[in-house]
Amino acid sequence: MRFGLVQRTGAIAVLAMLLAARTPLHAQFSGGAPSSDSAFSIPSAQLLQPEELNRLLHAQGANRPLVLQVGSHLLFAEAHIAGAEYAGAGSQTAGLKQLQDRVAPLPRKSFIVLYCGCCPWNRCPNIGPAFKLLRDLGFTNVKALYLADNLGADWVDKGNPVERGR
Amino acid sequence: MTRGIRLSAAASRGSRGEAPAGPDAATGARTWISGLMMACLLLGAWFAACSRTACAAESLLNKKAPEFTRRDLNGGNLDLATFRGKVVLLNFWATWCAPCQVEMPRFVQWQRQYGPQGFQVIGISMDDDPELARKLYARLKLNYPVAMGDEKLGELYGGVLGLPLTYLVDRNGEVRARFQGETDLKTIEKRLKALLFKH
Repeated sequence: MRFGLVQRTGAIAVLAMLLAARTPLHAQFSGGAPSSDSAFSIPSAQLLQPEELNRLLHAQGANRPLVLQVGSHLLFAEAHIAGAEYAGAGSQTAGLKQLQDRVAPLPRKSFIVLYCGCCPWNRCPNIGPAFKLLRDLGFTNVKALYLADNLGADWVDKGNPVERGR
Repeated sequence: MTRGIRLSAAASRGSRGEAPAGPDAATGARTWISGLMMACLLLGAWFAACSRTACAAESLLNKKAPEFTRRDLNGGNLDLATFRGKVVLLNFWATWCAPCQVEMPRFVQWQRQYGPQGFQVIGISMDDDPELARKLYARLKLNYPVAMGDEKLGELYGGVLGLPLTYLVDRNGEVRARFQGETDLKTIEKRLKALLFKH
């Protein structure tokens, strides 16, 4: 079976589109390896999907994680995941200090979930540094909540439990 | 499941033009039930599509923009009502929001370009620390007023739970468009020009 030039070009174009679609988003944006504190530096095995966290919020004992918001305090005041605590903005030195102080008394095996949701995942300046800090401090059971767009679209709008206030 | 199969079978019979099995009353009841089910489905779809923050934000469209008064970063009074008669671009931003900082230089340009035609940009910083906002305000040489936001203002505008967020308000003070997240600036400019040069 022989293909003409048009068919071959078409096939290559389709193949290229398929490959582009399979390329991870961070690779498309960063053009190289993610920096050590970007959201993309967090291993995919450490990411938690919103529906999974929603399920965990109903768990008891050690299975129920400590949920820490590491982004904007103002956005936290508007709405935050039910039971979550504000722990400082991960992109700021003072914020990282606040996070460090919060986790200092905790056992290193504590189940901690970090989230931000200030802006699209690939643009979030907070989650990467916060995750790195906990890893550097020796915490072994830390997950980052994957919010593709923001807290409003990926958590609140889906009817997940929310609280207001600081 | 059985019910669905039965309904499909009935529909199938109808499409083949066969006579209905039961009397007219039964046919009427089936039509009612089908109509009710369709209405439930549509209602369910609407609830699914119109989620909490999305609905709150949608409800602002074509309504009067919520009034607010704040001190701007230079200490002046910023009262939305005083801009009535102008087309207002109300932009929620923060220093930690990378896409916001892509947009803001364009807003500076639009303020310069369309200002004389009755266009006004207003910025609301959602930063926790006003000093950070002031520094960026100076660095980007913003030529429009900026005030600090808070959770009350965020709630007034449908919940600001992700940035950037921009509203266009027409000369009558009504909200005409909402842009959430990274948006093609040409799309925003097209909408604002349509409002600005509407006769």
